[in-house]
Amino acid sequence: MLKTIGVAEVSQLFAGIPAKARYPKLNLPEPLTEMEARGELESIAAANDSTYDLVSFLGAGAYSHYIPSGVDSILRRGEYYTAYTPYQPEISQGTLQAIFEYQSLIVALTGMEVSNASHYDGATALAEAVNMARVIQRGARKKVILSPGLHPQYRATVHTYEHGSDVQLLGEDLDLSAGPEALIELIDEDTSLVAVAYPDFFGRIYDYTALAAAAHAKGALLAVSVNPTALGLLRPPGEFGADIVTGEGQPLGIPLSFGGPYLGILATKQEYVRSLAGRLVGETLDNRGQRGYVLTLSTREQHIKREKASSNICTNQGLMMLAATVYTSLLGKQGLRQVAESCYHKAHYAAAQIGKLKGFSLAYGDTPFFHEFVVKAPLPAAELNRRLLERGIIGGYALGADYPGLEDCSLLAVTEVNSKEEIDFLVESLKEVSRG
Amino acid sequence: MIYDLGAPGRQGVQFPAPDVPLAELPQVHLRKDLPLPEVGELEALRHYTRLSQLNHSILTGFYPLGSCTMKYNPVINEDTARLSGFAYAHPLQPAGMVQGSLAIMYHLQEWLAEITGMAASSLQPAAGAHGELAGVMMIRAYHQQRGDTKRNKILIPDSAHGTNPATSAMSGYRVVEIPSDSRGNVDLAALKAECDDTLAGFMLTNPNTLGLFEEQVVEAIEAVHAAGGLVYGDGANMNALLGVCRPGDLGFDVIHLNLHKTFTTPHGGGGPGSGPVCVAQHLADFLPGPIAGIAQQASEGEAPEYDWVMPKDSIGRLKAFHGQFGMHVRAFTYILMQGAEGLKAVAEHAVLNANYLKARLEGAYKVAYDRPCMHEVVLEGRWADTPDVHALDISKRLMDYGFHPPTNYFPLIVREALMIEPTETEDKATLDAFAEAMLKIAEEAHSEPDTLRNAPHTTKFGRMDEVKAARQLVLCCEFPRSGEA
Repeated sequence: MLKTIGVAEVSQLFAGIPAKARYPKLNLPEPLTEMEARGELESIAAANDSTYDLVSFLGAGAYSHYIPSGVDSILRRGEYYTAYTPYQPEISQGTLQAIFEYQSLIVALTGMEVSNASHYDGATALAEAVNMARVIQRGARKKVILSPGLHPQYRATVHTYEHGSDVQLLGEDLDLSAGPEALIELIDEDTSLVAVAYPDFFGRIYDYTALAAAAHAKGALLAVSVNPTALGLLRPPGEFGADIVTGEGQPLGIPLSFGGPYLGILATKQEYVRSLAGRLVGETLDNRGQRGYVLTLSTREQHIKREKASSNICTNQGLMMLAATVYTSLLGKQGLRQVAESCYHKAHYAAAQIGKLKGFSLAYGDTPFFHEFVVKAPLPAAELNRRLLERGIIGGYALGADYPGLEDCSLLAVTEVNSKEEIDFLVESLKEVSRG
Repeated sequence: MIYDLGAPGRQGVQFPAPDVPLAELPQVHLRKDLPLPEVGELEALRHYTRLSQLNHSILTGFYPLGSCTMKYNPVINEDTARLSGFAYAHPLQPAGMVQGSLAIMYHLQEWLAEITGMAASSLQPAAGAHGELAGVMMIRAYHQQRGDTKRNKILIPDSAHGTNPATSAMSGYRVVEIPSDSRGNVDLAALKAECDDTLAGFMLTNPNTLGLFEEQVVEAIEAVHAAGGLVYGDGANMNALLGVCRPGDLGFDVIHLNLHKTFTTPHGGGGPGSGPVCVAQHLADFLPGPIAGIAQQASEGEAPEYDWVMPKDSIGRLKAFHGQFGMHVRAFTYILMQGAEGLKAVAEHAVLNANYLKARLEGAYKVAYDRPCMHEVVLEGRWADTPDVHALDISKRLMDYGFHPPTNYFPLIVREALMIEPTETEDKATLDAFAEAMLKIAEEAHSEPDTLRNAPHTTKFGRMDEVKAARQLVLCCEFPRSGEA
């Protein structure tokens, strides 16, 4: 090969690099063989006490669900995971059709009209919705109302994205027990977007019909950040007037995996499709008359529009999108409803039992909730969790870190993977550890 | 379509009925209809297996897609990422319970900084373009903190990826394009002319998207620094430099890496990516966070204690939780098995392979810039004497020979560009077979141009009508109505 190229040694090919910066000595560990590396990684993984080893009621944006074996068997097919962006449709129909099916499933779940091929995660999808609304209104409106019931890390992400822009973020300091009515009062002619969660961060289910109407009356848009499992049971946001639906797709067959990679859901109405960030796959025909799929409307995208593009997104969460597609197909119409109902019933059983404990109460007991709820305890949540952990239970999310004043409150999640026995054990443990 | 399969009542997986007393459902909030497929498990798995077989992939063939670095993804990575301790770890568990995950992130942060010659890194960005956003935001935060408020422009070479200008514009900057010179470098004089006190930064891909090492990279960086600007390195092409040259040693202030390119995390049909950012010391406090840090140093017989740290002047959080952790495990596994020597060999073989293909193809094809290339080579897919044959036709014809085409029409400054990146994981026999096919196609372009223009012929699908797809938008299927099949 060197002879064909016409050099004596490989290092000559690097002659263009300044000599003093060439061949640095890297301080890295000595290489391991596959067998050694596997052993090393197994031992590092064993240093975690995960939800695999312990009973867990932790949710707050990432949920334990049963993942059918079929999902990973498809994900591990090299034809999917070692392929890339389907730039050449003739030999990428597998990925393209999977994306088209994903788009269809998300449209079905959300009640919207178009979905993109997926975004990074629930938080960035929300940030993208803020930008999208600005693009739709040509930057004419500056106020974005963020419900305090949105995930605190999603709101933090929006703040990072909008830092330095002229967007004014408001609404986050509203009283946590106030419903959507409190948001309505903030909407004015300069409001670009109202963003809410469904269910919200505290698990609560609200009807946003009036909020959507109020937003539209002032020319503002409504974005709804969803949990897709809940949509197996609840009215889709499209039915109550959402303009943009964002969300975290992790519950659809994607492992917790310490927070990523997850799946950003981003869907909207047909009229806004040209302002929708990210990839889109469309149906067409090939020159032999066969139905096929291609990446489409790419003139919106950064590789064509460069600095005029509304977003710099040039990827989707391919494998995660595939996981969600296979998971949703395997569960189907009845299965997703079963999972959602199971979550609902178990969470309500747990809440009812905990609510009866002396010293414990449900913080928002009068509002309907899905599979997560806030428990006020007779001791600080962090301390409560330490004591639960001694019994092998990962407790709920201690809310004090994000919401000053809620130091004695925990956000507990119960899903179909939690058995009655586990719930009863939690209730019994709460009773005992709160005695001091 | 999955919706065309199955029958009412079918379900691919069953779940147990709740083992608790049933609660009353919130009737006003319930949906009436859920238009999802109704298929059996075998039907679904057969469907997605069949679809997979319509994909070209690294596991099924050569994939020289320039700038995408389609190298082999070791299978071991898939196993380590799925170890129960990692796959079942919840991102909000207290740090004391997830010391294994934090150790992975801490070491990967350190290693990526070492490999790029930088002082610190953050693994939070979810993809390369997300890393770019982090980088440009850090540049903005740096100037702001110094009260240097009139810097409002970013310089970007005309050969750059489209994400660079899009990212800069998203961050509120004015984009000024810098032309390339006759040797494929950034035009130094044009760059210097823009180096004034309104300059915030310069985004440079090196090796650039022409597959060339920027010959005056040090002078360019010095010029930007002298004007008070910072230099952002787009790490898309880092595969060519592993163990051979560190961007930090050249003077770059910040660089992102694409773990899915350089560090063998799977491309997955378009993602997930992962785009960590590495920075020089003066930007370390601005990193997006939190990042993994050491709370208690290791002592005799005791491992160090890791915890989350928020960099002092952090630009903030870029997404929920901690980045694409599953990808961090895969990249960690890869670096652990390569070591410093292995990484250097990666770059050397990648560059050797690209230069070999360049040597075999030049003559039959015009090489856009005739000097040693790095890990990719850009050819012109056109001939003056057969003007109706385009790069796209060459690409489609390659499919008939069993190869994935190179990248087409990028970089934008090369006419009918074909950007070929063989990567280090292909052997000589594969490169020769590809070169033979390319040479044969060059002959066909003259002797039977219609064969190219109507290609592909042997694939299951022919050329797609992209105009129809864009004009008659169909982005989702029709759903069976409630009660129907």
